[in-house]
Amino acid sequence: MAEVNLRKVVKRYDDVEAVRGIDLDIADHEFVVLVGPSGCGKSTTLRMIAGLEDITDGDIMIGGDVVNDVPPKDRDIAMVFQNYALYPHMTVAENMSFGLRLKHYPKAEIKSRVTEAARMLDITDLIDRKPKQLSGGQRQRVAMGRAIVRNPKVFLFDEPLSNLDAKLRVQMRIEIKKVHQKVRTTTVYVTHDQVEAMTLADRVVVMNKGRIEQIGTPNELYHKPATRFVAGFIGSPAMNFIPCRLEEASGRLNIRLTDRLSFPLPPARAARYRNVPRDDRLLMGIRPEHLTEPRAPEPGIETFESVLDVTEPMGMETLVYFTLEGSQICGRVSPGAGASDGSPMRLAVDLNNMHLLNEGTGVVL
Amino acid sequence: MSTLAIDKAGPRRKVKYGSMKSDRAWALRWSYFFLVVFAIFSLTPPLYMLITSLKSSAEISAATNPWWVFHPTLSNYIELLTSNQFLRFFWNSAIVSVVVVAITMLISVPAAFALARMRFWGSATLATGVFLTYLIPDSLLFIPLFKMLATVQEWTGIPLLNRWYVLLFIYPTLTVPFCTWIMIGYFASIPKELDEAAIIDGASWFQTLTRIFIPVALPGLIAATIFAFTVSWAQFLYPLVFTTSTDQLVMPVGIITSLIKGDVFNWGQIMTGALLGAAPPLIIYAFLMDYYIAGLTAGATKG
Amino acid sequence: MADVVVEQGRLARSAGTRKRASLHHALKRKSTVAFLMTLPLILLIALLVLYPAFYSVHLATLNKSMQKFVGFGNFTFLFKRETFWMVVRQSCLFAITAVVFKALIGFIVAHFVHNIPAKGQRKWRGMLLVPWVIPPAMSTLAWLWLFDPSYSAFNYTLSYFGIGPIPWLGEAGWARFSVILVNVWYGAPFFMIMYLAALKSVPEQLYEAAAIDGANWFQRIWYVTLPMMRNIIAITTLFSLIVTFANFDIVRILTSGGPLDQTHIFATWAFRVGIESSDIPLGASVSLFMVPILAIAAIFILRDINKRGNEA
Repeated sequence: MAEVNLRKVVKRYDDVEAVRGIDLDIADHEFVVLVGPSGCGKSTTLRMIAGLEDITDGDIMIGGDVVNDVPPKDRDIAMVFQNYALYPHMTVAENMSFGLRLKHYPKAEIKSRVTEAARMLDITDLIDRKPKQLSGGQRQRVAMGRAIVRNPKVFLFDEPLSNLDAKLRVQMRIEIKKVHQKVRTTTVYVTHDQVEAMTLADRVVVMNKGRIEQIGTPNELYHKPATRFVAGFIGSPAMNFIPCRLEEASGRLNIRLTDRLSFPLPPARAARYRNVPRDDRLLMGIRPEHLTEPRAPEPGIETFESVLDVTEPMGMETLVYFTLEGSQICGRVSPGAGASDGSPMRLAVDLNNMHLLNEGTGVVL
Repeated sequence: MSTLAIDKAGPRRKVKYGSMKSDRAWALRWSYFFLVVFAIFSLTPPLYMLITSLKSSAEISAATNPWWVFHPTLSNYIELLTSNQFLRFFWNSAIVSVVVVAITMLISVPAAFALARMRFWGSATLATGVFLTYLIPDSLLFIPLFKMLATVQEWTGIPLLNRWYVLLFIYPTLTVPFCTWIMIGYFASIPKELDEAAIIDGASWFQTLTRIFIPVALPGLIAATIFAFTVSWAQFLYPLVFTTSTDQLVMPVGIITSLIKGDVFNWGQIMTGALLGAAPPLIIYAFLMDYYIAGLTAGATKG
Repeated sequence: MADVVVEQGRLARSAGTRKRASLHHALKRKSTVAFLMTLPLILLIALLVLYPAFYSVHLATLNKSMQKFVGFGNFTFLFKRETFWMVVRQSCLFAITAVVFKALIGFIVAHFVHNIPAKGQRKWRGMLLVPWVIPPAMSTLAWLWLFDPSYSAFNYTLSYFGIGPIPWLGEAGWARFSVILVNVWYGAPFFMIMYLAALKSVPEQLYEAAAIDGANWFQRIWYVTLPMMRNIIAITTLFSLIVTFANFDIVRILTSGGPLDQTHIFATWAFRVGIESSDIPLGASVSLFMVPILAIAAIFILRDINKRGNEA
């Protein structure tokens, strides 16, 4: 087991720069998730760590050794692919042991490792079947088993759950987490699904357009996003962004959303935003869960009234959509709050949990 | 007026529905009728071979109903299968076809793997070139090849003309391009992740080919093998040009040159020989029809 | 700040060159392996296909004893011979007629096979493909026997209807008909199989949509089937054109070019002239006349195949 370090890693295809200089340090035993929209360079980064792509510039280190020119088989890594990539002509056991057999491990050792991995993944009964006879979830387990028996320094997962249906995905997510708790192998996991990223990771790396936007624990990313991209990417439904400006009125700092709508900022926020230039174009970022029906009055919670365009009852909550200065805003209210399509409703905004962004740079202030 | 219209609409729709149903039944009947006609057209020559092969020379020259055997006999088969000359043809054909299949596979499988997976300078052009080579017919090359063989024989003193083994080098020009082409198609259809998984598992390029690609593309390999065998077995022009002595001939040429003696046609034996000559491809076809058809359609559909 | 950036850039560049050198090495190794794997193929094609192809151009410029360069002498000689023009006409007639009928019959039969219930299709397909499986030299012998001047089974049958006896191979018109008939018999199953594969790939919903839009069976074929199969039809037809144009076995065995050279096509006449009459340069010249037509067909096939690739 080992740590993985990326130093200014660049990948260029002809004239397209897929990865534009990434620095990343992954500690031993850590579970790191690379997340971002398609084309953000996350898969390319993973494939460079695996050695399936040459790196254009920079260094990749596994366990302290630079592996830039080391072929994949000598990097001591294992990889799980999106489409599982199981060898269709081999049984489950043969699939899992293929790497060990190529390295001429003793038969007894191979057998015990395969048995152990199969037991861990609960696929002991399937050991003599061919991939064709397995369900999607079972194939996924075999693909993981193939990685586990190698006992590598690093596990690499490339969108492993994307081919599964929603229910199975949740189940396998838990399975992956359990396996990691048992074997404690350093893991790099790529996904486009922010829920997967948040639930699995020790640390999440949010990537966009070939660059790292932010690295942090799931909680940090949720509560303290560094950029508009991260703020909008993490959380579902996504954070609302409302054009706004700061105003000074009778010694207090107010945030003005529309001509008729402005709220006084709570003291902590006011102190933080005191030095923001007043004429910058700003955005207020507010998550739907901080836009609810009025509950117990607290400092920093302000109410206003709006006509709802659409409501979406979800059971445990109701999503409400309304328009503010031309932008569509989403809020989450209790099912019993009496929200209905086209009717006015009183809403409460929790300014203690708001974010203020510079619209031009996208930086969260 | 309006009731009339409704009355009209009612039965008309019903009639139309009924006619569609009977249309379909008639279409099916016509389909079977024409299929029977075409099947008779297709199978007449081979059946006529079988009928004639069971007749004695006397019965053939008696000009009785040609479509019926009145005194079936196996004498033609016995005579041919005990004739050293005929067995020699069969043996020559068998060894040429089997060796050509082996040579073809040894050349085209690694080449197809390299062209499908290991992009290198000029690989796309080479793949196109391979396909174009397949379109160059034997009837364009037999004259220069004949002259080339004669020249090489003169220079080196190695006998090449009128030797069956020269076919081992010539036939692959007919089989290798097509087999390479369809194997490129089969290999290209294997997901990229499969060889990446193999590489991460520690397999070399060679191991990826032998332990992953060949087993996974086995249906394609069988189709290519069948193609190479049937082409080698059926080839007529090259052996006709390059071999003349009876001990060097392969089946098709042997039957035509040795059983047709001047104007004397021993039709019973000719048909028996033709049927025995057609037997190996027919037997392969009977057992491996699906692979045979896959190989046939692969050329155009696996582009 | 700017200095630092430049500095980083320079560092990155030097690191880049180092890496590129070693990367280049790795690439070279992989492409070397790949090249070695394709080497036998390249050698085979170069030595036994490309070289003879160009060699035959050279041969075509020599005199009969191959001692003297005569330039276009062989060609001008051919242009003056009546037989040559007859061969050109017969080759075109033979190839075009045969391909048209193969394509039509193949298309019709494929439709009939496609029409019947799926579980019976395999059996019919199996029977109808038999002509393609038998080596043509062998099956042509059966046809030769069916056409036999004195014992023809066809004439025997036709005499019941008061027809005949027909000189199948004895008279120029009938002989031309016979060689085309045998070629159609041999080649139509290939078209049938290709079309059947193409028909199976047309989604059933398209026909259902067309039926709902009110299309009759002819309109369904014209507006749905044919456009969907356009590419397969083109490739199969061009391919068959090449094979038919270069055909040797059937004409050689059935008529040997007779009667009076009137059924000769390029391949059989090249054999007669080049091998049987030992005038290799003249034979090479004759066979070279196939090249323009083969080349045109090949170019169109390549275009269609590339198009398929782009669509996929």
